[in-house]
Parts: sequence; structure tokens; C-alpha cells
Amino acid sequence: MSTRRAAILGGNRIPFARSNGPYSHASNQDMLTATIDGLVARFGLQGERVGEVAAGAVLKHSRDFNLTRESVLGSRLSPYTPAYDVQQACGTGLETAILVANKIALGQIESAVAGGVDTTSDAPIAVNEGLREVLLDVNRAKTVGGRLKALSRLRPQQIVPSIPANSEPRTGMSMGEHQAITTLEWGISRKDQDELAAASHQHLAAAYDRGFFDDLVTPFLGLTRDQNLRPDSTVEKLATLPPVFGRHLAGDAATMTAGNSTPLTDGASTVLLASDEWAAEHKLPVLAHLVDAETAAVDYVHGDRKADGLLMAPVYALPRLLARNKLSLQDFDLYEIHEAFASTVLCTLAAWEDAAFCRQYLGLDDALGSIDRTKLNVNGSSLAAGHPFAATGGRILASLAKQLHENGGGRGLISICAAGGQGVVAILEV
Amino acid sequence: MPDRYLDLVNSPLGSAVASRVGLPRPAVLRRYQAGDPLLPGPLLLGSTSGAAPAELVDLLKSVGADVRDAQTDDDRWGALVLDATEIRTPSDLAGLRTFFAGRLRQLLPSGRVLVLGRAPDGADIATDASRQALDGVVRSIAKELQRGATANLLLVDEPAGTGTSVESALRFFLSGKSAYVDGQPVRLGSGEAPAPADWDHPLAGKTALVTGAARGIGAAIAGVLARDGASVIVADLAQAGEGLAKVANRLGGTTLHLDVASPDAPERLLAHLAAHTEGLDILIHNAGITRDKLLANMKPDQWDSVIAVNLESQLRINDALLGSRQLRDQARVVCLSSTTGLSGNRGQTNYAATKAGVIGLVRSAAAAFASHGDSTINAVAPGFIDTEMTAKMPLATREVARRLSSLQQAGLPVDVAEAVAWLSSPGAGGVNGQVLRVCGQNLVGA
Ligand SMILES: NC(=O)c1ccc[n+]([C@@H]2O[C@H](COP(=O)([O-])OP(=O)(O)OC[C@H]3O[C@@H](n4cnc5c(N)ncnc54)[C@H](O)[C@@H]3O)[C@@H](O)[C@H]2O)c1
Repeated sequence: MSTRRAAILGGNRIPFARSNGPYSHASNQDMLTATIDGLVARFGLQGERVGEVAAGAVLKHSRDFNLTRESVLGSRLSPYTPAYDVQQACGTGLETAILVANKIALGQIESAVAGGVDTTSDAPIAVNEGLREVLLDVNRAKTVGGRLKALSRLRPQQIVPSIPANSEPRTGMSMGEHQAITTLEWGISRKDQDELAAASHQHLAAAYDRGFFDDLVTPFLGLTRDQNLRPDSTVEKLATLPPVFGRHLAGDAATMTAGNSTPLTDGASTVLLASDEWAAEHKLPVLAHLVDAETAAVDYVHGDRKADGLLMAPVYALPRLLARNKLSLQDFDLYEIHEAFASTVLCTLAAWEDAAFCRQYLGLDDALGSIDRTKLNVNGSSLAAGHPFAATGGRILASLAKQLHENGGGRGLISICAAGGQGVVAILEV
Repeated sequence: MPDRYLDLVNSPLGSAVASRVGLPRPAVLRRYQAGDPLLPGPLLLGSTSGAAPAELVDLLKSVGADVRDAQTDDDRWGALVLDATEIRTPSDLAGLRTFFAGRLRQLLPSGRVLVLGRAPDGADIATDASRQALDGVVRSIAKELQRGATANLLLVDEPAGTGTSVESALRFFLSGKSAYVDGQPVRLGSGEAPAPADWDHPLAGKTALVTGAARGIGAAIAGVLARDGASVIVADLAQAGEGLAKVANRLGGTTLHLDVASPDAPERLLAHLAAHTEGLDILIHNAGITRDKLLANMKPDQWDSVIAVNLESQLRINDALLGSRQLRDQARVVCLSSTTGLSGNRGQTNYAATKAGVIGLVRSAAAAFASHGDSTINAVAPGFIDTEMTAKMPLATREVARRLSSLQQAGLPVDVAEAVAWLSSPGAGGVNGQVLRVCGQNLVGA
């Protein structure tokens, strides 16, 4: 069976908002629907039956079991457009694009929308596990007496709701605490983290100023730019912030602050993918192609403190992807490494530069080497834009495709780490 | 901003009170709906030189009018149309009195008076004076008419009933599309003006771009262009993108985030057109801002920003388009001016400068557009239109401004849009370098 490359035609996202900010009363479905509608408006897709829409959310209400399909039905796309939900933590947005790109590559569909959405403001609150068990028993009981008996097991502490936390179920530690250990193990300095964070803000602000986001972002609920963006951010200002993660670590080992970590964010993003033929028929220029992708996972529960850090999986995915495509780490014109934390990016780069690590853990003969840092996250990344978990992949994909197109060609690498010790990497080419 | 006064005086009690105490009594205007008859009643056709030409009779019938001649003994007219193209001397003008006297009162609500005349051409002084007299007559009839009826003057080059653009002009001025155009002369010149295949969709197959289309008049223009069959690109500032997307999705168009005043706007516009279209047929320069201040107190940025958005952007974008391959032949450009540009307004020196400047622009650019494959460029000058721009006015000023026209009410965005759509249509090719006021015959200014 012959395959073809899936084209990226563009994207649309809403500005990312800080948690409990302007989008506090918007649901995931509201945000995803508005984002799809902005894409429809940009590309004239009103009434169009798109091959497939795949999207997802990390924090999801149980009533949103069919979130993407419901959003499609509320949008101006044809109601005959099928849709499904995907969830791979922070990898969701990129993973949805890979799934539909593969279907396009196989000729199963001609066009698709990939996306993701998350709200930390309108997050689902689960009832306390004890209360849940009691209520289920009440429901199961067949007699009034049985129901009362079940209810009599209720205890006051069971009324406290269980609010979802950004923590790993198997370790009970938050992502930031995990990363604080990885940061320490890899010896990443506070100064390097703050420099990366300042650059993220400056790059994102510059991109807005030159109109780069004019055809990537549609305002929502009055917000016109990412709310977390601080154009005047500097290393000096960031240096004044106190550490928020790893505070139990000895001495000055706690280096992760609110400034070099992403804040909780609300937002949504979508990307339009298609075959080259579909793009030509619709007179839509192709920005880039999604060439190949790889996912990986690490054993952050039992593995090595340094090599199996929670957010280190992309480090493992990349060499497999490079080998399959006969490329080296230096064969890229642009790199997009998701800034879950500034130190995630720096640990990732450090690992690829470390010959002993590359030999022992990646099975390579030598280090993958270093990259030209001027090609990294050139239009800013999650530290400045914010990181509504499932929406980050779509943000990166559309921005990188557009930047490659503006450059008139080239190859780009995307690397995204995800909860559960997972990682997704992908290659784009014009 | 709902016009509560208009609603009130059209209620049974309100109308009785208004007539007793002599308050203005604005009428509910007849506005175009697909499928409506052209006129509310029969059309009486006359001529100042005996019988009207057969071509004109046939044309009026073909556009859907129930044409009667002066012998008909009816007393309820949907329209009174007079061919005055043969007027040569002041004494010929008496023919106007003969035709209209006694009949103006028989005009139905939202009826139409149309006079066909000729433009003065410098060949004969007495003839020019008599032709110019038509202008005064028609403007005065417009002020005399009541109940939403309007009067306008078509200046034709060829014998009445022949020549380009007459058919599309008759369709516009007789129908509800011209509801808020009153007391205006329009010259129908000789530019290429092909009849569309389908008069219900005269813009089928055309690609149009409207700037400032996220709301107000621009959104209405985009809607009417789409109704008439065009594929519409709606453009506005990135900040206005939320409303813009809704407009695009309502009418099946596409969005473009474009600040028309940014230095690279022409370049970005051309790049977008090259990538996404087969070329542009219709461009509507609608984006506009006000920064009102007495000149005595005006700050430099209040002056500069208005000039940049309302005038300079249009000049730069036109230049870029004319020098590119992105503007198709028989293109139509319509620029939004304003009656403020004709009459001036206290506190609006900057705005009036741009709106008068736009008039100079279209007059001067007409030749360049004509030589670009018979393209045209015209201006539409709205009077007082109810939008978010005018909603910013103080209540009392707005109430007074609404009544200061022969139709005694503000226009709606769709009224401007209908005029823009007519000037954008293939059939309007004979109109070039002109200014059409959509102002209900605003009493301020000429
Ligand atoms: N409303 C009236 O009574 C009236 C009367 C005469 C003339 N006009 C003219 O009609 C036009 C539309 O007026 P309206 O009442 O709908 O105004 P409006 O303020 O409601 O809408 C104007 C639109 O233009 C957009 N815009 C502003 N600056 C822009 C820029 N630099 N680039 C792109 N878009 C930009 C705005 O975002 C807005 O969506 C204007 O040119 C105005 O001067 C209006």
C-alpha cells in the first residue's frame, strides 16, 4: 500500500488565559467549539464534511464523554463530520494530529481537524471516594431499609470534594516536584532556566508584534493575546522570584519558580490537516507536512532518578525517530521543545549532549549532540503562552508549520513531554 | 440602538398624538426582501417631449414594473418616472410641473420619483442651465415627499432607455434597495456594464473583500455582497477577530486579520489574495475610525491615526492592487466616505479631512481604474446610520441627528450596504469616480 504525506494547512487557537481568569465560566466544549468555528471562518469550511475531527482534554467532566463530537455539532462544520476524543495527557494535541495524519497518509480520509482543549478553571470536581461508594450502594439497594443502611455509613469528612490535582497517581508527587528532582540530577542552573523563560516571553511578544499570530489566533471572550505573556520579562526580574518546587531540597538546589514553570491555563487549539490534493481543490496553501512521529515512555516510578525523570520520555523517542528517518539531531532548521518547565527543555538538551547517557540509555554510539539554540522555540513557547494541557500540541504544530512556510522551506522538530512519563516527538517538513 | 421614536409614532396612539402636535412622523421604510415586487403599485411613465421612448417602456417592463402612461386614470402610484432628457430651454422645465403637479400626492408610501436627465456638457449655455435645473427640482421634490417616498435623478448619456447601467440603476432606485437614498443625482456614463446572468445573484462568481467587516456597516456590506452571490473575505483588526469569525460563518465567507493602516498591509493583502483566490473583483474600503476633538484641543495621534486608517490606507492599498496581478478586470472598488466629508462637522476636522479626501481620491483615481480593464471606483457617503460608531454620541445629539433628514430617521447599515452592492455589480460599470450619498437627504450640508 502506498502512503502520502499529510499536509498542515493552518490552525486556529484562542488566546490562552490564566486559570480562573477570563475563561473561568467557559467549559471545554465552549472553548473547543469557538476554536473550531474560528478555524471554519478562517478557511471557509462552513458546512464542509471534514474527514474526521480528533481532539481531547486532559481534565474532563464525565458529561463530556463525547466532547469533540458535541463540539463539532455545535460548530459550523457539517453535522455529518465524525469525531472522537483522544487523551494522552500533555501529548494529546500532538497525538491527535499524528492519528489523523496517519489516516490521511493511508488514504482513509482526505481532511481532518486535530485539536485539544483544557480548562483548569471549570475543572471537574469529583465527589470524595468514600461518598461515591456510599451513594452507589444507596442506588443499588432495593429497599428503603437497605438505602437507609447504606446512608448511615456517611461520615462528615466524606463531604469534602476531591479536586483534581496535577499529581501523579503512582507517586503522589506533583509534576513540579518530579521535575525538581530531574532538574537537580541534571545539574540545571537557576540562571539558565530564567534565561530560557525570559527568551520565551520576548520571542512570543515579538511574534505578536510582527503579526505572526494574526492568522493563528482568534480572540475569545474579549481576550486578544495570551494572558500570561509578559513582554518586559527579563532574567533580572525572574531572578527575584522564590522557588515553588523542590523546596525540601538542600541549600540552593531549589531552582524552579513560578516564572520558569508554566502556570495553570485555560485554552483550546485546532489544526487543519489534509492531503495535498484536498488542499489544492480548496485553494488552500500547504504550510508543511507532518512527516513522521514517535512516542516513548519512561519508568519514572521505579527507574533511575536521573535517566527516568517523569518528563524525560521525549529524550528516548527522538533517537528512534531520527534512525527511522536517517537524520541527525542537527538536521533541523527549527526546534520546538515544549516548555512544561524551563528545566524540562534544558534537561532534554543536556541528555542529548551527554555521551555516556546516550550510550547507556539510548543505545547510541555517541551523544546526539547539541543544537543551535537560536533555532529553539523562536516564537516563544509554553512558559510565555501558558499551557492548557491538551491545547499545547496544536499551538506548537500550527506555529511551527507557519514558520517553516515563512522561511520558504526546511525541517522542524517537535518534542512534547506528558504526564505518566510519556513523550511525543514529530518531524515537519515543508 | 432601536429607534423608539420611530416605533412610537407608527403606533395608533403615537401617530394620532404626533400629528396633532406637529411632531415629525418618520415612516417605516420599504426595504428589499428577495421575492418582493419591484414597487408597491403601478409606475406612471411620462416625458417632457411627448411620448417616452419605446426602449424605456420595454426596459421598465422587463425589470418588473407595471408601466402605465399619462392617459391612465389611476390615483395610486408606486412610482412616477419622467424622461426629461430632451430639456433644452428654461421653458421646457414647465413639463416637470405638468407631470408631477397633482400626482405627487398620489404616490404610495415608499413610492419613487425618478427623473432621467442629461448632464451639462458645455455645448450650449441655455441647455446646460436647464439641465442643471433638474438637480434643484429633484432635490426639492425629495423634500416635499412624505411617507418614505424618495426622489432621485439619473443623468444618462444615451437616449433614455438605452446605454449601459440604466437597467441596474432602475432596479436599484425603484426597489427597496434604495430606501435611504434620497434627493441624489447619479451619472450613468459609458463604462463597460455587462448584464449579469442572474439579476437575483448579480455577483455570482465574484470575489469580494470588505475591510472593517467585524461589525456595523462593514458586516452589513459583507452580508449583502454574499446574498448577491459573491465569495466574501471579511477583514478586520486581529482584536476584532471574535466578531469577525461570527460574521464570516454567518455568510459563508473567510476571515483575514488585517490592520489596514499597518505599513505592510498592502503586501499582506496581496499575498493573501495570491494564495487564496483567483484575484479580487470587489474591494470595499470600509474600515474607519473617529477620534473626535475640537481642532483647538486635538492631539497629534488623534489626527494622525484617523488620517492613516481612513485615507492613507485606501491610497496605499489601491496603488498596490493596481500595480499587481491580483485585481481582475472590471473590478469594482467602493470607498466609504461620509456626509461629514461634504458638509463638515464640529469636532471632526480630522475625520472630515479623510472623508472629503476619499471623495478626491475616487474622482482622481477613476481614470486609472477605467484603464484597468474597465474597472470603477466610487464613494458612498452615508449620513446618520445607527451603528456602534453613532451609539457613542450623546443621546440628545443622536435623537436630533436622526430627525435631521427628509426621511426623518437614521438609516440602517443595510441601506449603505445595498448602495455599495449596487456600485459593486457588473451592471453599474457606467458609474465611475462618483459619490453616492445614502443619507435620507440629510439636511446638513448640500
Ligand atoms: N455609522 C455612521 O453613521 C457612518 C456615517 C458615515 C460614514 N460611516 C463610515 O462607515 C464605515 C463603517 O462605519 P461603522 O459605523 O460601521 O463603524 P464601526 O466602528 O462600527 O466599525 C468599523 C470597523 O472597522 C474596524 N477597523 C478600525 N480600524 C481598522 C483598521 N486599522 N484595520 C482594519 N479594520 C479596522 C473596526 O474594528 C470595526 O470593526 C466607516 O468608514 C465610517 O467612517 C459611518
